[in-house]
Amino acid sequence: MRYRRPGLDLLSHALLLLSIAMFLFPVWMALTAATHTRAELYTGIAPLWFGGEGIDNFIAVLRDPVGRLGVSVSQLLFNSLVMALGIAVGKIVIAILAAYAVVFFRFRGRMLCFWAIFVTLMLPVEVRIMPTYQVVSDLGLLNSYAGLILPLIASATATFLFRQFYLTVPPELLEAARVDGAGPWKFLCDILLPLSKTNVAALFVIMFLYGWNQYLWPLMITTDTAYTTAVVSLKQMATGGDNLVPWQTVMATALLALLPPVAVIVTMQRYFVKGLVDSEK
Amino acid sequence: MTTFQRHRFTPWLLLAPQLVVIAVFFFWPASQALYQSLYVQDPFGLSATFAGLDNFIQVLVDPEYRRALGVTVVFSASVALLALSVALLLAVLADRVVKGARGYRTLLVWPYAVAPAVAGVLWMFLFDPTLGVLSAMLGTLGVDWNHRLDGGQALALVIIASVWKQVSYNFVFFLAGLQAIPKSLLEAAAIDAAGPWKRFWTITFPLLSPTTFFLLVMNTTYAFFDTFGTIDATTGGGPGGATRTLIYKVFEDGFVGYDLGASAAQSVILMLLVGALTLVQFRYIERKVHY
Repeated sequence: MRYRRPGLDLLSHALLLLSIAMFLFPVWMALTAATHTRAELYTGIAPLWFGGEGIDNFIAVLRDPVGRLGVSVSQLLFNSLVMALGIAVGKIVIAILAAYAVVFFRFRGRMLCFWAIFVTLMLPVEVRIMPTYQVVSDLGLLNSYAGLILPLIASATATFLFRQFYLTVPPELLEAARVDGAGPWKFLCDILLPLSKTNVAALFVIMFLYGWNQYLWPLMITTDTAYTTAVVSLKQMATGGDNLVPWQTVMATALLALLPPVAVIVTMQRYFVKGLVDSEK
Repeated sequence: MTTFQRHRFTPWLLLAPQLVVIAVFFFWPASQALYQSLYVQDPFGLSATFAGLDNFIQVLVDPEYRRALGVTVVFSASVALLALSVALLLAVLADRVVKGARGYRTLLVWPYAVAPAVAGVLWMFLFDPTLGVLSAMLGTLGVDWNHRLDGGQALALVIIASVWKQVSYNFVFFLAGLQAIPKSLLEAAAIDAAGPWKRFWTITFPLLSPTTFFLLVMNTTYAFFDTFGTIDATTGGGPGGATRTLIYKVFEDGFVGYDLGASAAQSVILMLLVGALTLVQFRYIERKVHY
């Protein structure tokens, strides 16, 4: 092709590789810092290469209670996992059920229900912080997994997405199910769900990341550190009061906190890109 | 029409979980926010008197609120513009090289998975005044970096951390948008002797404009709401309110200062803002459908 220029291609590759290195740089520095002792870190500026601690700092934070938090990072990671899975699975389940009702049934108030769900898009947790906190506190759900999960489980996006998908299901399928005498639950479980597999996978990736990376909500409702998530705990570790910040611990925890979602995104990249593009339509 | 579609009870059973959750955790709190925004509570929370729009007026004349609004505008505009331009540049480069575009996507997309708070902490380490690599580098250039004391530097820190995370998101959409542009158009322009620079600005960029506009809305929403974690974990709104955005102020007034009326009034203002953003987004979607 006439308009290709090999020189420009080479330049493009070089610039891309350079940017990839720049994006990786903060993680690299976290990794090297996490392999030193605090005394070594504070002898000068942060080292660019690994220290002698190896994975000892990682093992230490996973095994022993960390500083003022009083819980180990394995507990924090477990909390994050419960919250992320709870939110992802919960959102998908109630969205599938709601979308199924709205698309395949004819009943009074159908559109009203759909719009009621849809309007919640305009009410992110950040804008209704205080009253939601009061509701959760009145229900006695502070410092509990239910309190972490339930208020974030409604999803206009997921409901909308499943609705769009169900609308494309050919009416012949429904007709065939009727001829075979299938009831509403049988139609949902045996026909619709198998068809929705890719959509479920794509949404799962997006919602898992959403749940894992939540900050404001867990920060507010967990005063007991036994229920804090890994992401939220970092601030308490990094603001060490009078002492020097124990960066080797903070960085080891930060890396452990970012590893699961990054692993999900990299291994399920195909679904992730689909989920991202679909859920923003 | 099949028989079960006429069931009366089943659809409500199916909708029940979703409706209960949105009623308890969305509509009830939102109505509470509206109610509280119209009342003034005494410091012990024992009685409330109707105050009309007093809370709103007080919020809007408060110089601290206006300052937070200013910080939010500067912060959001910087994050959106930087994240969009860096992502566009990278996407154009990745689109050119044909071979390996997918590989580059893998290597550039992962920061999306990093929590905003974690992104903040990673960058805070690089800019740490005592042992940060970047602050040391700036030191040799004669810049005395200490984001704990200097408001402008603190704002720069949260902007950099937010952009670092958001570029990956924009990159995915720009790359998809670029790959959807018919190559024949670009080849035709090349035959007419248009150079790469001209081709980009006269063909690629206009054709990408729906994507760019959509991303602009999404990036603004991101900068408004999702960056709370970045700000709280790194600067905590400081120093002296230099990184206190509107969301951060709602949180501070309500949760730390316990001024319910003011916090609720701010929440209502934010709801209106999100409503407006959502409407803009919808108009855009309609346009795209008719396009």
